[in-house]
This record gives sequence, structure tokens and C-alpha cells, in this order.
Amino acid sequence: MIMDRVVSGVIGFGRFWYEFIIGDDWTIAATVVVGLVVTAILKSSGIVAWWLVPVLVVAIVGVSLRRESRTHH
Amino acid sequence: MNVVLFVFLTTFLASAVEAIEMVTIVVGVGATRGWRSTVIGAAAGFAVLAAIVLILGAALSVIPIGGVRLVVGTLLLIFGLQWLRKGIVRVAAHGFAGIREAHLDEGAEWTRPEMDWTAFVVAFKGVLLEGLEVAFVVVSFGASANQLGVAVVGGVSAVVLIGGIGLGIHRLVVRIPRSVLQLVVGVLLTTFGSFWALEGMGIDWPLGDGAIIGLLILYGVTALSYIALERRRVLGLSPGT
Repeated sequence: MIMDRVVSGVIGFGRFWYEFIIGDDWTIAATVVVGLVVTAILKSSGIVAWWLVPVLVVAIVGVSLRRESRTHH
Repeated sequence: MNVVLFVFLTTFLASAVEAIEMVTIVVGVGATRGWRSTVIGAAAGFAVLAAIVLILGAALSVIPIGGVRLVVGTLLLIFGLQWLRKGIVRVAAHGFAGIREAHLDEGAEWTRPEMDWTAFVVAFKGVLLEGLEVAFVVVSFGASANQLGVAVVGGVSAVVLIGGIGLGIHRLVVRIPRSVLQLVVGVLLTTFGSFWALEGMGIDWPLGDGAIIGLLILYGVTALSYIALERRRVLGLSPGT
């Protein structure tokens, strides 16, 4: 009984993190991670990189909306 | 006396800025997802924060907040983008009025008896991260001015005052249509997530903290532009559907 609750809790916690990070569109999380990695690379190369994440944010919202509308119809 | 007043005002104002961010996140999540899990998450955040402050005390000023900002900022950015996208779709489909009733069946408002972990974690992280920043400001500023007690009073006063105001207006926030609130909170979480994640990596923003305003404007205009495009698409298809 207790074991079932523990397993259920662990599964629920894992599902929460999946929905929190992946959600309806996995490309959003992937784009954010790639954007941060590229930003770090640019910074280490001495290139001003603060603009990259905001640009990617604007782009990925549009791409995700476009994909959803195509899937929906 | 002047030093005491200066330390109090500085820590009060600096803490108030962080407390506003904290209350904005907690009230936004509470009004959108429900209050029970949000309050538990915020209380848990305060409890962990109190434990951290008690254990570490003045040593708090040397904790690398950059790593915390990077991790929390990245998670808030991803989550904020998901809310932003959903908010755009819903507002585009139903406009700014009467959305709350139309979307009560779409699941974001938590009505089940068990814990809403989404509300819990967002409130928990909001309180903990902003609280850490308040503690960092208070401890570092108070210690460097040799007025730690006054700095603590200034910081706590700001959190209590802003928290009280937040609790006072939350009924007004609740009346805002949920989809619009989701859109606004999505813009806010995306803004703070972008700012903190890059700050955590050691990126210098143009204008420093003023970049938050710039990001808010950029993401706000982006949201409105995509809403207009989505509405045009919906209206264009509506005669045939």
C-alpha cells in the first residue's frame, strides 16, 4: 500500500517535470537549451550574445503557433 | 543616524523591487491555477529560505547565485513560453472579454483535491529565488555598512508591505479573464526567465536591470502581433468552418 503510493508519487512527480519542461511542444525547450548553449559559446569567443535568446524566443513562439495551426487543420 | 537611514532605505527599496517580482509570480500563479497549492508552495519557499538564512547567515553573500539564476531562469523561460503560446492562441480565438468562462474546461485551473505541483513549484521557486536575492542584498549591503540589523529590518519591511498589497489586490487579479492572465504571466515569466538565465551565465545586459523593461516590451509587442496574426487566420477560415 505504502509502496504503491511511493511509486505513484514518483510517477506523478516525473510526469509533472515532463509536462513542465516538454509540455505541448518539445521544440520550445530544445530551442531554449540550444539558444543558451550557443550564447555560452559566443560569450566564450568574446562575441556580444545577449540578443540571441530574445530573438529565438520571438521566433520559436511564431514557429510553434504555425505548427499548431497546421496540426489543428 | 544618516548611515542607519541610508541603509534602511536602500535595503527597503532594493528588497521591494525583488518582493514585487515575488508577489507578481505568486499572485499570477495563484489566480490562474488556484490558491491552495500556490500558498503551500510559497510557504514552503519561505520555510526553505528561512532555513537557508538561519544556517548560512552572513555567509549567504558568497553563495554563487549565478548558478541558481541559470537553472531557475531556464525553467521559468521554458514554462513561460508554454503559457505565452497558449495565451496567444486562446486570446486570439476568443478575444479579451469573457474568456474565463469559455475556458474553464481547459484544465489550467486546478480543481482536484490533490496537490497541483505546477502551482507549487512555480510559487516555491519564485519565493525562493527572489527571497535569496532579498537576503543577498540585505546581508551583503548590511554587512558592508556594518548595519546588518537595520538592513534585515529594511528587507523584511519591504517583503511584508509588498506581500500585504499583493494579498489585498488578489481578488481584483482573480476577476481578470484567465486566458489574458495566462498571457500576461507568460510574458512576465518569459521576461524574467530570459533575464535571469543569461545573467546566470555571466552575460551583461545593456542597461543592466533596465533590460527587464526592454524584454517586457519586446515580448508584449510580440504577443500582440501574434494575436493579431492568429485572429486574422481564424477570421479567414471562419466562413468555411
